[in-house]
Amino acid sequence: MTVAEISSVTTAQTNGRYAVELQNTHIYYGSFRAVKDVSLQIERQRITAFIGPSGCGKSTVLRAINRMNDLIPGSRLEGRILFHGKNIYDPDVDPVEVRRRIGMVFQKPNPFPKSIYDNIMFGPRINGWRGTKAQADELVERALRGAAIWDEVKDKLHQPGTALSGGQQQRLCIARALAVQPEVILMDEPCSALDPISTLKIEELMLELRRNYTIIIVTHNMQQASRVSDYTAFFLMDADRAGQLVEYGPTEQIFTSPNDKRTEDYISGRFG
Amino acid sequence: MSTIIDPRERPIGYLPEGADINRNIAMRRLRGKIWQALFFSSLVIGLLALGTLLYTIIDDSFGYIAVQTRRDPEELADRPLEELSKEELIEILRANISAGLFRRFDRDEPFSERSKESVLQLIEERVIGREVVAAFKLTESLLERERIEATVRERFPRAELEFHSWINREFLTRPMSSVPILAGVGNAILGSLWVIAITMLLAIPIGVLGGVYLEEYASDTWYYRLIETNINNLAGVPSIIYGLLGLAVFVRALEPITSGAAFGVTDSNGRTILSAGLTMALLVLPLMIINAREAIRAVPQSIRQASYGLGATKWQTVWHHVLPNALPGILTGTILSMSRAMGETAPLIVVGASTFIVFYPDSVFDKFTVIPIQIYNWTSQPGAQFRSIAAAAIIVLLVTLLLLNATAILLRNRFKRSY
Repeated sequence: MTVAEISSVTTAQTNGRYAVELQNTHIYYGSFRAVKDVSLQIERQRITAFIGPSGCGKSTVLRAINRMNDLIPGSRLEGRILFHGKNIYDPDVDPVEVRRRIGMVFQKPNPFPKSIYDNIMFGPRINGWRGTKAQADELVERALRGAAIWDEVKDKLHQPGTALSGGQQQRLCIARALAVQPEVILMDEPCSALDPISTLKIEELMLELRRNYTIIIVTHNMQQASRVSDYTAFFLMDADRAGQLVEYGPTEQIFTSPNDKRTEDYISGRFG
Repeated sequence: MSTIIDPRERPIGYLPEGADINRNIAMRRLRGKIWQALFFSSLVIGLLALGTLLYTIIDDSFGYIAVQTRRDPEELADRPLEELSKEELIEILRANISAGLFRRFDRDEPFSERSKESVLQLIEERVIGREVVAAFKLTESLLERERIEATVRERFPRAELEFHSWINREFLTRPMSSVPILAGVGNAILGSLWVIAITMLLAIPIGVLGGVYLEEYASDTWYYRLIETNINNLAGVPSIIYGLLGLAVFVRALEPITSGAAFGVTDSNGRTILSAGLTMALLVLPLMIINAREAIRAVPQSIRQASYGLGATKWQTVWHHVLPNALPGILTGTILSMSRAMGETAPLIVVGASTFIVFYPDSVFDKFTVIPIQIYNWTSQPGAQFRSIAAAAIIVLLVTLLLLNATAILLRNRFKRSY
């Protein structure tokens, strides 16, 4: 069964609790093990934050969830990542399909050098979307509304997306991801290039999106993690410089009464 | 353990203080000025070289010529020749050239079928025999008119002095001739355009597609690295080597195809426009590939990731994002390759450009000549007049290059703006 088939089955039934499950995942770049034995379950329609110091493998884990690591030559994964109960690293799974269902927003806003309209429509078009001009207009509007940027750009849909401000560009990228109707949205430090006001807007947007999407966010900003996320995973490098999951649980618990000493030290700003 | 170093306590080395600071800055600025002067003088040297080149060319292309005729047209008829009928002109021709020559012209093309202009041309060539006996450069024409007039009066009393631009409309449209004043680059311009067209038709798609493959698809393995190294080396191989390759492969081995024999052309050998275009395509292909790769590599990785992140396949990413964004860069490289192919001479000599053809090419299976070949040919001929038409041909070549480049730059800017 392909992911699509499973996906339609499960969404038809009552939703499973977990959107994504990592089981004993090891990630290698060539012979270097970047991530060691990570197992965690991402809950549906919640925001999960990955935190940890630089180089601890949190971005690598994030990118493994929609197989973006495949694009890096020499990268390899052991273990399983389940999406609707299906291992997305099975040979019969096409990464292209995985990426359609698990969208991604990058650290630096990266709109295409095309109009805002075409930025949104690119995803649907390449994924075989068919419809009238009116339907396309509606799709664009819905995606832009979903990313809370419609009011700002509705009069300049045919101007280049690259002419927007950084924060607007990032919301445009989120809208672009929404346009292909993903179930999960991965965000790799989406606010690190933005000013505080734009950051606030993105955070509000994330809380809004949580109603319909599962969001996983990598962040260096601990306040951000505590503000927006429901669950937090804390990663740390071990002696071999391989990242591993130290602690994972409800955000409140991680930030108030962590079980692990290292988590506590990191949270309280003693290192990292 | 950290020790705080008190700077006053024990100086380590010497850092300028007080008046020394100003002296030090003055020294640094002076050094900067010296380098700046050096950079500027290189620019001046370059400009001087360019200026000299242009001066020499233009100096040779314009100037006085002394024209002498064998027979005065007024002796031939009581009216201007243009007003005579075709029959009268034929009679004049018959009366003034040998019977054998007249019969030969008749055999070439019967006089009954010839136009009046054609007969008139024959009279001008064979009877009147307008002949340039001396040519002068532009500078001496402008500055030493009296001396030129005196020289011409003394040496060619019958000759008339007139100011002549070697580059003129006839020069641009007429084919090659052994008489410099009658020679033109018309068929060489056409030949160049034909060859360039074939070159670009092959080199652009192959170069770009090859570049895309190497940059986007090829993995980092030893055989692809070997291919890369070879392509880089090939870009530096002397062009005459490509000429030899073209001679062996296109002219000789593939003669049935390049001569057009396989397509029913009978009167040709392998030394055709097609062979030349193919050879030139091989010559610029490494440049095209290298350039296409550079342009593709310059497309930001973030754009590719965004595309993949939306579920695009590799091909969709390449087609919708990589190629459009690399296009201006690819066009720049195309301009360079085109200019290179336009100016190449050596490989075409080897492939067999004809230095003396008088007809205009009208298919890829024709013999050909190109502008640089004509220039090369004329500069190797004795006489000031050949130097002058070579200079005029150089101007034509430069202007053609300029026009082609301008077109490409305009195209490039158009593509750039659309983002």
